[in-house]
Amino acid sequence: MSRQYLIRRLLIAIPSLLGISLVLYSVLALAPGDPFGELATNPAIPPEVAAALRAKFGLDDPVWSRYLHWLTAMFQGDWGFSFVSRMNVDTLILQRLPTTLIVIGAAQLLAIVVALPIGVLAATRPYSVFDQIANTLAFIGFSLPTFFTGLLLILLFSIKLDWLPFVFRDDITATGLQWLWEETKQSIMPVMVLGLFQGASLVRFVRSAVLDVVRLDYVTTARSKGIGERKVVVRHVVRTALIPVVTLVALQMPIVFGGAIVTEQIFRIPGIGSLLISSILANDTPVVMGVTFVFACLVVLFNLIADFLYAWLDPRIAFR
Amino acid sequence: MPGSTPASLSAEAPAVPAAAAAAKKPRFSPGLEAWRRFRRHKLAVASAVILLGMILAVAFGPLVWRVPINEIDFAAKLEGPTLAHPFGTDDLGQDVLARLLYGGRISLSVGLCAMLVAAFVGVLVGALAGMSRGTVDAILMWLADLFLSLPQLPLLLLVIYLFRDALKSAFGPEGGVFIMIVIVIGGLRWMPVARLVRAQILSLREKEFVEAARALGASKMRQVVRHILPNALGPVIVAGTIDVAAAIIAESTLSFLGLGFPPDIPTWGRVLFDAKDYLDIAPHWAMFPGAAIFLAVLSINFIGDGLRDALDPRRVL
Repeated sequence: MSRQYLIRRLLIAIPSLLGISLVLYSVLALAPGDPFGELATNPAIPPEVAAALRAKFGLDDPVWSRYLHWLTAMFQGDWGFSFVSRMNVDTLILQRLPTTLIVIGAAQLLAIVVALPIGVLAATRPYSVFDQIANTLAFIGFSLPTFFTGLLLILLFSIKLDWLPFVFRDDITATGLQWLWEETKQSIMPVMVLGLFQGASLVRFVRSAVLDVVRLDYVTTARSKGIGERKVVVRHVVRTALIPVVTLVALQMPIVFGGAIVTEQIFRIPGIGSLLISSILANDTPVVMGVTFVFACLVVLFNLIADFLYAWLDPRIAFR
Repeated sequence: MPGSTPASLSAEAPAVPAAAAAAKKPRFSPGLEAWRRFRRHKLAVASAVILLGMILAVAFGPLVWRVPINEIDFAAKLEGPTLAHPFGTDDLGQDVLARLLYGGRISLSVGLCAMLVAAFVGVLVGALAGMSRGTVDAILMWLADLFLSLPQLPLLLLVIYLFRDALKSAFGPEGGVFIMIVIVIGGLRWMPVARLVRAQILSLREKEFVEAARALGASKMRQVVRHILPNALGPVIVAGTIDVAAAIIAESTLSFLGLGFPPDIPTWGRVLFDAKDYLDIAPHWAMFPGAAIFLAVLSINFIGDGLRDALDPRRVL
């Protein structure tokens, strides 16, 4: 991967980040309701005072200048203050972010571990019974909304079988192996909900990617050299087929974040998804804006990672 | 990919000659052919029957099952399925079946309307980008890429958070939320359709039949609407079908998070939201709406899969 390609991709990410911030800000600016609306209608406050307050907070400036002001503040790390949690928005988000990333990461790992073998097996025996079962299960998997799977799992594992806790606890006091065991136990269900939903669509991606590669000439060549079928698939087919899958996984990230918000809400995981919901319910605008922006940044970041991985896996890309 | 479908053989085109096939079969039309192909997909046909049943149930069910959705009866609260209440009752003793039938109207129509919004915007943007190459095309496609990388659910929540009250006061609690959810969900899902339409236009606009129309003096508008779009219809229909399922899930998710419709409008997601705290004593209350959402989404996805096979003429069936 050439350095030029790397720099070019990084430069392309900047306008999309700016664009996203523009979209977010225009949504905020278009929204009805003015932080000082009450002052204007309150007869006890003289209009001069209200006007002075508006001028002080720059509310009468043109939209673009307010946008620039907001953008520079965001870049300088000044994300505002959460009145509900009584702390700075960036500290609050940084506190919650690791939990979300760990859950999402574990779920992605589970999805890949489940989907990869199933997708490859299904594609190497197209239209067989196994393929049809896998395909149907994949359809069921991504038609089951995460909130319903979550409730089903809680009903089965927490209420009927009483194996797993259904509320995620942040304050486990145990240490050592006991701590690890408790953490694993409470993470199983959220990770399963997200991972299986993600894995279901991944199975279809892997299957069609492998099907595309299996017919290529170089695979026939490999096979005709007398390499065993297993080796052909693992060494020759899968490696090429995974290249487009990497991009598709990254393009799925917005959906994954949506699923993460729901999962965090169901299992009460203290991540940024549940933070978003609770601040919406508490009318905590700076936190809502901050979390949404973090989600947007994460999506751009994952797209960037996918681009780099893509170029690393397929050197032809970087020269285009 | 559907984007590169060759022009001449698209299944939904109104005036495909298909002379060779017509010679063998006396009755032949693109619609019939698509139907013949669709019937091959057993699961899709079964799904179509199930979905039709659900639509009929929510459309006419409330006329047959005349239990009011808000009749409170504490004597019968949290009951499991009985003859009087086939789907059981909720914590206020309200009949779950009646609520699901009524709420299903909203859940399903949100899906349909959001898809129409997405398809309309998508076709408009795609056609505009495809016909006007150059700067406009570049900007529109950059916009589509930008929207694709927006985190949808957080943005959806943000918009609802900011605009909820204004729309409520303008159109009433039910209408306001309905309009907002439809527009927002539709407005965040137009990108695939736009890309499809643009790709089709780029490949079709240089084809001979469009050139012939151009030579005859057809305006750009007429070229697109009359000659190009009918050929791009197949993939758009497939994308639209899948959008309906996605919109139903999006609405249910919002309602499930408590940020969709108000409590007196029992959409399926909303019922699930109310039921989730009683999972241990009244699991039936959550199972029925969940199953309804699942069944609707699954059957729409299967229908989409069947349509994909049926409307892609290059696929041999």
